[in-house]
Amino acid sequence: MGEMQIRPLTLNFGPQHPAAHGVLRLVLEMDGEIIERADPHVGLLHRGTEKLIEHKTYLQALPYFDRLDYVSPMNQEHAWALAIEKAVGIEVPKRAQHIRVLYCEIGRILNHLLNLTTFAIDVGAMTPLLWGFEEREKLMEFYERASGARLHAAYFRPGGVHQDLPDGLADDILAWTEAFPDFVSDLETLLTDNRIFKQRTVDIGVLTTEEALDLGMTGPCLRSTGLAWDLRKSQPYDCYDEMDFDIPVGTTGDCYARYLVRVEEMRQSLRIIRQAIETMPEGPVLAENNKVTPPRRADMKHSMEALIHHFKLYTEGFHVPEGESYTAVEAPKGEFGVYLVSDGTNKPYRARLRAPGFFFMAAVDYLSRGHMLADSVAIIGSLDIVFGEIDR
Amino acid sequence: MNDFHDRLIKLVGHQCQVIEIKSGEFVLHVALAELVGVLKALRDDTELAVTQLSDLTAVDFPERPERFDVVYQMLSVNNNMRLRIITRADEGDIVPSVIGLFRSADWAEREVWDMFGIYFSGHPDMRRLLTDYGFEGHPLRKDFPLTGYVEVRYSDTERRVVYEPVHLNQEYRDFDFLSPWEGMQIPQGSDDGDTDEEQAGA
Repeated sequence: MGEMQIRPLTLNFGPQHPAAHGVLRLVLEMDGEIIERADPHVGLLHRGTEKLIEHKTYLQALPYFDRLDYVSPMNQEHAWALAIEKAVGIEVPKRAQHIRVLYCEIGRILNHLLNLTTFAIDVGAMTPLLWGFEEREKLMEFYERASGARLHAAYFRPGGVHQDLPDGLADDILAWTEAFPDFVSDLETLLTDNRIFKQRTVDIGVLTTEEALDLGMTGPCLRSTGLAWDLRKSQPYDCYDEMDFDIPVGTTGDCYARYLVRVEEMRQSLRIIRQAIETMPEGPVLAENNKVTPPRRADMKHSMEALIHHFKLYTEGFHVPEGESYTAVEAPKGEFGVYLVSDGTNKPYRARLRAPGFFFMAAVDYLSRGHMLADSVAIIGSLDIVFGEIDR
Repeated sequence: MNDFHDRLIKLVGHQCQVIEIKSGEFVLHVALAELVGVLKALRDDTELAVTQLSDLTAVDFPERPERFDVVYQMLSVNNNMRLRIITRADEGDIVPSVIGLFRSADWAEREVWDMFGIYFSGHPDMRRLLTDYGFEGHPLRKDFPLTGYVEVRYSDTERRVVYEPVHLNQEYRDFDFLSPWEGMQIPQGSDDGDTDEEQAGA
């Protein structure tokens, strides 16, 4: 019998698959159990956010950012608020900066809790998910107490945040930070030295630093390769430069290293949360510039000017000077950037949202080649993929 | 920052149309033909070490002769510097793909093709990325309506999803929130003093 060229088996993975972390359709070309090529079909959650933003005023566009990476909504809002502040040139009061940093770090823990625990369930560990979601619920209560919403907060504003923290919230968050390290340790007892977990993740989906940069990797996926690159340190925004924290890095660049980096990042986020609360000054939480930020409700009752400002801001919105800028924040998943082109009117001319997950998903093909089918699940889980931001 | 600037001018200054610094970011305007050369020079230079293509996108200016800005956001991790490279392309122009230099351009170029209809030559897999299978048009162009052209629904009789022209019970409302005072154009030559005062007051 002569040699025969066997056509690779094409396997359709998703779009409804629990390990796909959303609506991912992955077309895999298989040689037996080995993946020869992975072709992710994305866009099933495409909502046209960038187009919609072009038709909304700057403030109306803000809630769309909650709906990108819906696991850590406020981090995205932060990028938008910073982009506008940069273009308009307004100062953010210190207290507002601390509140924003506080909530960004809560968002980071929210995100890592979801990612680590669903990653664990992908590779066969169920308990972390059940434990982790209890903690997430507590954090979402902190979201709710500040903004009124558990998920789609719409709390940040260009110039600060919408409202001050209610009484007692800061103390409750501090109390929670006392208890949370025990939870992280408990979580680690389930996974870090777990034989099955390590067999599924160590040496799977390995990246070097050069490859990671080439593929557009940012955030924990880049740091797991050993490069200490964190925008909170290298290009600090708001009051991150006043915070004392470390950047955890991995050494191996595999799925396991990405897990370890995220676990340590949660501990570092706790340090930032404590510092943000302890050093939070008193004062206003929104810049007092009524051409951009709304006046106080009390003022509107007897000041005609305040009433006019309010009316103008919520119908016409504010105008942003002509220009373009790229603003990036260290979102939990990586670099979330906003490329904002304004033409001097009250609506953005173009807003490009650079989502970290978009580049992770593009790298799935590269990472999973030569791996087994079951490893592709571990790779997708470890990359931290959320389709809200990939499809936009 | 000054060293970086000097090195930048020395290395690619002759290939760029303009090099400017806008609020701490370097912006390089490059002709389409020079694009790959500039990117390669930036990447391969050990001092600049622009090793990451953070993002690639386009902006549509339909009233311009060269309609699109193709924008490359670059990052040098070693220098902690961001660069923006902007090149102009007209409808029908073919932009050289940079996937050979930066693999992160892969999906970004596919998205630009999908959303703007700018074709990249040398890309191995130039398919649509985000829109539906069989989608027509390029949604992020300014002449593409926000509501699109087709909508989908599940047809009980045909037992499948069918495409139909968009039917809106209420027209899409696009309010002109721009202030009528600021938006009003005063005809040249009319000496209407009141209008001027009104403008100043608004």
